[in-house]
Amino acid sequence: MAQAMAFPRRGAVPGELALALALRGFRCWLTVYRRTWRSNVFSSVLGPAFYLGAMGFGLGSLVDAHGTASLGGVSYLDFVAPAILAFGAMNTGMGQASFPVFGSIKWNKIYIAAQASPLRPADIFRGHLAFMVMRITMNAAVFLCVMAAFGAVRSAWAVLALPAAVLTGLAFAAPVAAWAVTLKQEMGFIYMFRFGMIPLMLFSGTFFPLSQLPGWLRLAAYATPLWHGVALCRGFSLGTATAGGSLLHVAYLAALAAVGIVIGARTYRRRLYV
Amino acid sequence: MPEVLVRARGLTKRFGTFTAVDGIDFDLYRGEAFGFLGPNGAGKSSTMRMIGCVSPPTEGELTILGADPVRNGPAIRARLGVVPQEDTLDVELTVRENLLVYGRYFGLPRALIRERTAQLLEFVQLSDRGGDKVDALSGGMKRRLTIARSLINEPDILILDEPTTGLDPQARHVVWDRLFRLKQRGVTLILTTHYMDEAEQLCDRLVVMDHARFAAEGTPRELIERYSTREVLELRFDPGVHEQAAEKIKDISAKRTEVLADRILLYVKNGDEALAAVRAHGLEPLTSLVRRSTLEDVFLHLTGRRLED
Ligand SMILES: Nc1ncnc2c1ncn2[C@@H]1O[C@H](COP(=O)(O)OP(=O)(O)O)[C@@H](O)[C@H]1O
Ligand SMILES: [Mg+2]
Repeated sequence: MAQAMAFPRRGAVPGELALALALRGFRCWLTVYRRTWRSNVFSSVLGPAFYLGAMGFGLGSLVDAHGTASLGGVSYLDFVAPAILAFGAMNTGMGQASFPVFGSIKWNKIYIAAQASPLRPADIFRGHLAFMVMRITMNAAVFLCVMAAFGAVRSAWAVLALPAAVLTGLAFAAPVAAWAVTLKQEMGFIYMFRFGMIPLMLFSGTFFPLSQLPGWLRLAAYATPLWHGVALCRGFSLGTATAGGSLLHVAYLAALAAVGIVIGARTYRRRLYV
Repeated sequence: MPEVLVRARGLTKRFGTFTAVDGIDFDLYRGEAFGFLGPNGAGKSSTMRMIGCVSPPTEGELTILGADPVRNGPAIRARLGVVPQEDTLDVELTVRENLLVYGRYFGLPRALIRERTAQLLEFVQLSDRGGDKVDALSGGMKRRLTIARSLINEPDILILDEPTTGLDPQARHVVWDRLFRLKQRGVTLILTTHYMDEAEQLCDRLVVMDHARFAAEGTPRELIERYSTREVLELRFDPGVHEQAAEKIKDISAKRTEVLADRILLYVKNGDEALAAVRAHGLEPLTSLVRRSTLEDVFLHLTGRRLED
């Protein structure tokens, strides 16, 4: 006989069962990841390290020669490294939440297979999201180590840059996954990366301080989630974080993640339960 | 009286304004093999998805294992096995890994999955392929693996949506043989097919489904008795005289005749006698064949169309 699983009297699945179901979905992704992690090492670890080297030392030597007052008096390497950390987390989050989500319906059909099991769409979503968080955490942790090795960490608070980066990544991953599952064609992602990610990367105080932007663009930049992620990570890495500022950033990013998580449960359901 | 595992009354599924399943009623009993025979687009998969608790019914009543699929989806699905119309195996993973991942979805412990995997691979004759990537398997092997996977939780009901569509005849027979063994073991099967021989061989009871509705239901034998004759005489004429011959044959006392593009079918009690009568009318077919009635004939009679095209 099938293993015992009592029928709940009222439809709702108890909280601990929902967690267990999401965990089952997460474990599936671990099995899949064990097969493919080698091919990911370059893009997720070495890529950002090269980036940091080129930006921090290459471009940095040029910038530093002109004085770093507008950077708050720190070297360009110190200025840009936590931003690349935040940007990298966003990048991993968006990457993990786009094609892999779409492919789980269209290509390898991981969602369709899971759907026939006790997992509900919301469990499938949360299990996959947990895996995305794991990937974001792994990449960010490695990058933080690279930063430290490059001498680009100026404060012990920098350990908090790791959860800050993870939250940044999640704030992108959850809404992107919630949207990606609704797509019928993958073209949407091309637009997302081109018109979403690249402007965010350029205008979120990543490579230069927002003070360099005209007023109206600066206001727009303050509204972008990446700026909050960058500011949060940078505050911790440089040791300049204030409690109020950090809380604001965390609240903004957490709200975005929460919205994504709530909406995702609905969009997954709508897409999978036709 | 055997236990009713699935009960549907007025079960309806609409996609927008389009009605894919239009108020069907049926009961599935424990231990039986129940078939949905019908052409593409009849609404078979839509029905299977509702029973699989992944598609909420638009209207009507559906009870599975005594519970409501919308409220108790996870608990019901824990006791179902599903072989979907399209394979959903992860081709990047090995045969064993596919079973492991799937078994974990059902919350089974690793050791139990390993034990069942060995038995199931043996059962579907894939024991020697356990370590191979699914990518390398043939279509028939993938189908057998999907069947093995669907059994990992020892389901109370096994749902098979077109289990052998797209397989070559030999691969199909291997799958039939496995399904027949499951049936012997008392597993409750619910399956869809547009192959009448599949329905005839595997199903204890079936419904003929067409345009979202049931056209008829019964055992294969009952359906043939009710809607067809004992024998069928198939005649082929020179295309030039095909129409003419069809016209003349109407006089012969067959219970019914069907004029297809390439053949004429006479539904009669005795095929040889009918053939003699045709010849007595001065008609000489190019070929003639006397055979027993099949479900294909039932379908033709009920809908005026052929099942496979
Ligand atoms: N998700 C859907 N959206 C719109 N129409 C659908 C959907 N799924 C199935 N249909 C339509 O419903 C009808 C029945 O489909 P289906 O149940 O797959 O039939 P069968 O399995 O018997 O071939 C078809 O006309 C099909 O196009
Ligand atoms: Mg179908």
